[in-house]
Formats: sequence, structure tokens, C-alpha cells
Amino acid sequence: MGYPHHPHQRETTVLSQYFGDAEARTLDGWKKRGGYKALEKALGMAPADIVNIVKESGLRGRGGAGFPTGMKWSFMKPGDGKPHYLCCNADESEPGTFKDRELMRWTPHALVEGCAIGAYAIGAETAYIYIRGEFTEPLYWMDKAVKEAYAAGIIGKNAMGTGKRLDVHVHKGAGAYICGEETALMNSLEGRRGNPRIKPPFPAVSGVFGMPTTINNVETLIASAPILLNGADWYKKMSLSSPKSTGTKLYSVCGNVQRPGNYEVVMGFPFKEFLYDLCGGPPHGRKFKAVIPGGASVPIQTMEEAEATLMDYEGFVAQGSMLGSGGVIVIDDAQSMVSVIARIARFFAHESCAQCTQCREGTAWTTKIMERIRDGQGTHEDMDTLLDIGEQMTGKTICVLSDSCAVPVASGIKKFRAEFEALIPGGRVHPVIAAVA
Amino acid sequence: MTPDLVGGLESPDYASHDRAAHEPYAPVFTGEVRRELDELLTHYPTKMAALLPALWIVQRERGWVSEEGMVEVADLLELTPAYVKGVVTFYTMYHQHPVGRYFIQVCTTSPCGICGAEDVLKAFVRHTNTGDLGLTSPDGRFTVIEVECLGACGFATPVMINEEFIESVTPEKVPDILARLA
Ligand SMILES: Cc1cc2nc3c(=O)[nH]c(=O)nc-3n(C[C@H](O)[C@H](O)[C@H](O)COP(=O)(O)O)c2cc1C
Ligand code: SF4
Ligand code: FES
Repeated sequence: MGYPHHPHQRETTVLSQYFGDAEARTLDGWKKRGGYKALEKALGMAPADIVNIVKESGLRGRGGAGFPTGMKWSFMKPGDGKPHYLCCNADESEPGTFKDRELMRWTPHALVEGCAIGAYAIGAETAYIYIRGEFTEPLYWMDKAVKEAYAAGIIGKNAMGTGKRLDVHVHKGAGAYICGEETALMNSLEGRRGNPRIKPPFPAVSGVFGMPTTINNVETLIASAPILLNGADWYKKMSLSSPKSTGTKLYSVCGNVQRPGNYEVVMGFPFKEFLYDLCGGPPHGRKFKAVIPGGASVPIQTMEEAEATLMDYEGFVAQGSMLGSGGVIVIDDAQSMVSVIARIARFFAHESCAQCTQCREGTAWTTKIMERIRDGQGTHEDMDTLLDIGEQMTGKTICVLSDSCAVPVASGIKKFRAEFEALIPGGRVHPVIAAVA
Repeated sequence: MTPDLVGGLESPDYASHDRAAHEPYAPVFTGEVRRELDELLTHYPTKMAALLPALWIVQRERGWVSEEGMVEVADLLELTPAYVKGVVTFYTMYHQHPVGRYFIQVCTTSPCGICGAEDVLKAFVRHTNTGDLGLTSPDGRFTVIEVECLGACGFATPVMINEEFIESVTPEKVPDILARLA
């Protein structure tokens, strides 16, 4: 990537085409590039028709779970007499992921437009953009864009002169990964501690302020505008493999790779070509060893799995992992998998909100045991203990942060067991570990 | 790799923070600042929802969130001070103690860790004379902490100094970065 942004010729830049283009940040610049045409079109349509186009397009949530967006929007029942809310999840804290930051710092008006379209489609008059507190620069540009849009009458009491009210507010988080979980975000927005809520009730029934709420990721909402302008068929065609995954996806690439950065490719793109051609392969003199393709909470892939992957929701699952948030963490042969996983475990232990015993205790113990193995003080039973703890942590808690900690550990032990064993006193020293130590 | 951004981002007023450390608590929400809060309240259907923004204002004006600040916010939003404290302690970004004039946060989560973040962290601790993580240097200028993923993993190692975000920091760049700070 780098600035100015030079996309690779194999990228398909629908959402990222204005990265690095400073003029696109201003209202005038955004309008010159066709901005707010989609909102204008949306406001002339019936909300149900917008929902149908988005449903038809096959767009799925880009926040991690991949839930079909049109279907989520259709859960919001019109005419129930209650205020509806739209929340935009801009808490982006999943290690490996930094696409929403880039979208907000280069195309803030795209998000204002996406929020306005989403809000109108679900019958909401208010949208909140919840941005993590560390994102000072995205906060700055989003604030500015919202103010410009209000001043120009694009949003506000009489959005684009249609007599409809559409308010968009930016809300700043205060440091807590867990506030990216949808119900924790709603609690935080209400001025509470960011603890996830027990579901049901689901947000569409009782969300923020107890009212019907839809929550979507930044990338999801931004994608709705080109879909409205170009039609569902156009979006559906951007798919090389599974028909259940459509459109383009932004991937954030980091770790041991020549060209880290954000890349946008169509669904089903070959991961091997992506890693070696677009991202430039491993650093000089090294080899790739493993990839965590969807943010720190998805299973680790071996290179064999990664190189056989077609990049879409189904493709990553078929090769032992998940698309997740699109945060691709690349690990080379100079790293110890045990150290990498121990640090991931520490992340989750730090970020657990501590409501559920399995999560509070499980993340802490997983970290302790991983770190003692890393430090050469583990035993052969430790691997079994970790897998046991992982099982206790899975499917038993209020949210899936607990599962997210167990996943990389279990997949690491399964796929890189030799590296664990090499660190156990009296065990065989794995050549990689010998080189790193 | 760092683009021409940050134009217009202003650092918080740390002078008033020094004053607050030596004088009895002076209310934050008067005049312009009170009007800012009143405007914020129009964004939400409840007063409580303005809690995080109000605490941010306290921290901007004073450099940290003191017990007195929490009481003031509690009064304004019709909450109890204990409730406000419960919220403050949940989040990592509100300072419950005064910190150095430059608050330095270095990401060391795995993606940055495998790109050498630990060495960047060590370089900051060494060159700022803080002695250890979380401590403030004897001259009151620096506090260095380790943070979890800052959401900029492709620009390892990202470092936040107050409101400013610096990308692609290496240990060699640390002395120059510190020299830029008054
Ligand atoms: C622990 C945890 C953290 C999450 N963090 C984020 C996040 O930072 N950003 C995000 O968009 N979704 C995050 N999610 C997913 C959200 O709960 C939610 O599914 C998503 O925002 C829905 O938007 P979408 O349908 O557009 O994907 C997180 C989920 C969990 C369990
Ligand atoms: S699983 Fe962990 S983070 Fe999620 S609600 Fe329970 S304790 Fe909190
Ligand atoms: S891991 Fe360092 S910014 Fe994400």
C-alpha cells in the first residue's frame, strides 16, 4: 500500500479507490466523486425496496460473523411506534484488523452516507457511529464530515430536502476491545460499563436504549451505497467461487510480509496469489510459516491450508479457519508459534470483561500456561490441560470472547505441536526454536 | 509512510492539568465547556449516555479524571459518584492519576510483537528515564505504557503520544521522536 495509494492491478477497488486522495475527504471532493448520489436515490425509494436490493446483493456483515445484511435489516419492523436506532460499529480492535480506520480517515463521507442509507432503510432517525477512543485521526475526520453534512442539509431535520429526519452522531469509546461486541457497544453507548448482554433479546427487539436497533460494521454500511447505485446483480457478479459470498472485501495484512497494508479483492480470490504477489511474499531470506487470516480470534492456518484457500466465507472454513474480520496476520519461520499464541492469549485475558467465570478464569489460566511453556517451564500435560480448559471456555459464556481465546490455542497445538513439545524440558529441540532462542 | 494527516489535531491543554494537581478542584463545566455538554446532551435520549463524552471533556480539561471530576459529572448527569467511578474504572483510557505531560502508548500485541514492538517499548522506557512501565519520569514529562492492539497493525509499531498517532516506529527513531516534544 503506502501513500499515495497504488492499488495492485489485481485489486478491485470499490471501497478503497479514494485511499490516499485527500480531496475525497471534503464534502465538495466527495460530491465530485459521485458522493451522496446513493443517498439521494435511497431517499426516493421505499425503505423495504432498499432492504430487498441489499438482500438480493448477497452482502454479508464485514464485522466478523458474516451475517446477511439485508436479512438483518428486515428484522426491523416498520410501524411499531418505537424509535429505531442504527449503530455503526467502528470499534475495530481485533488484532490484525485496520481497515475501518483507513476507510474513516480517507472516506469519512462514505460512512456518513452509508449510515444515512442504513438508518433510513430500517426506519431509524438516529445513527450513532461508535469509534474506539484510540482512533484520534478517524474521529477527527468523521467529526468534520458529520458537521459538513449537517451544514449542507444532507443530514439533519430535513435530510436532502425530503422532510425526513436523519441524525448521525459520532460517539467516542474509551478503551476496551469488548465494546466491539454488539451488546457491549450498546451498553457503552448508554453510559454503562461495556459488558455484553445476554441474548435474547436480540438488538432488533431491544437494543440501545431498549429500542429496536441494527448494528453494522463500517465496511458493511459503506458497501450499501455502491450496491444501491449499481444494483444487486453488479455486486453478485463480483464472486469467483462460492455464490454465498459476493462483492469485494477489504483485507488488512500485517506481520512478517513485504508489503503490509489494506487490499481489496473480490470474493473467492486465490489466497496464494494474494500473499505472494499482492503482498509481496515473506521478508528477504525468510519463509512463511503460518497465517491467521481473520483477526486474532480465528483458527491458525498452516501454509498448506492457506495456499489452498479461496478467499471467501466458505473458502476459509474449507481450509480450517474463518474469514472473520479480514485481518490477515502473516507469521514467518523466524517466529516461535508458542510465543505468538501466548501473546494472543494475554490479549484476551486483558480484554475479558470478567462477567463469566469460564472466560475470566479460562483466559487467565490459558495465558499462564502458555507463558510457562514459552519460558521452557511447561510439562507434557500442559497441552492437554490447555485443550481441556479450551473446551470449558467454548459455547458456555455470554459472548464469544471466551471461545476466541480458546480457538488459536487449540489450532496452534493441533497444527504446530512439535514447537510446543520442543520447549518442554527434556523434549526434542525443534530446529526453529533453536534458531530463535 | 506517514501521510500528511493530523493537520488540525490539537493536543489537550496540559497546563491546566498541572494547575489541577496543586489547587483545589475548580469545576470543569462552566461557560463554553458547559455549553459543549448541553449540546452533547441533545444527541441522546438519556442523560446517562453523555457519560463517556463528559468524562472525555474532564480529561481534556484537566489531564486526568479525579474523584472531584467524577462527582461533578455525576451531579450534572443525575448519577451517583459510585456509579460514575464504576464506569471510569472499566475503561483503560481514562487516567485515574495524573500522568506525564506526554503519555506514550506502545502496542505490543502479537502482530506488532512479531515485527519487533518489544524493542520499541524498551527504547521508549530507556530514553524517557521513566524507569518502568506506568511510571512518570522525574521531570514529569513522560509516562510510557504498553497497550493492546491500536488498530494499525500494518504500520508496526504504532505509538500514540497524547492525541498523536505515529506509525512505523523502530527503536532507532525513538530519540528523534522524543526530541520533537517540548
Ligand atoms: C469480542 C467481540 C469483539 C468484536 N469486535 C468487533 C469490532 O471491533 N468491529 C466490528 O465491526 N464487529 C465486532 N464484533 C462483531 C459485532 O458483535 C457484530 O457482529 C458486528 O458489528 C455486526 O456488524 P456486521 O453485521 O456488519 O458484521 C465483535 C464481536 C465480538 C464477540
Ligand atoms: S465471555 Fe468474557 S468477555 Fe464475553 S461476556 Fe463473558 S466474561 Fe465478558
Ligand atoms: S497489534 Fe499492534 S496495532 Fe494491532
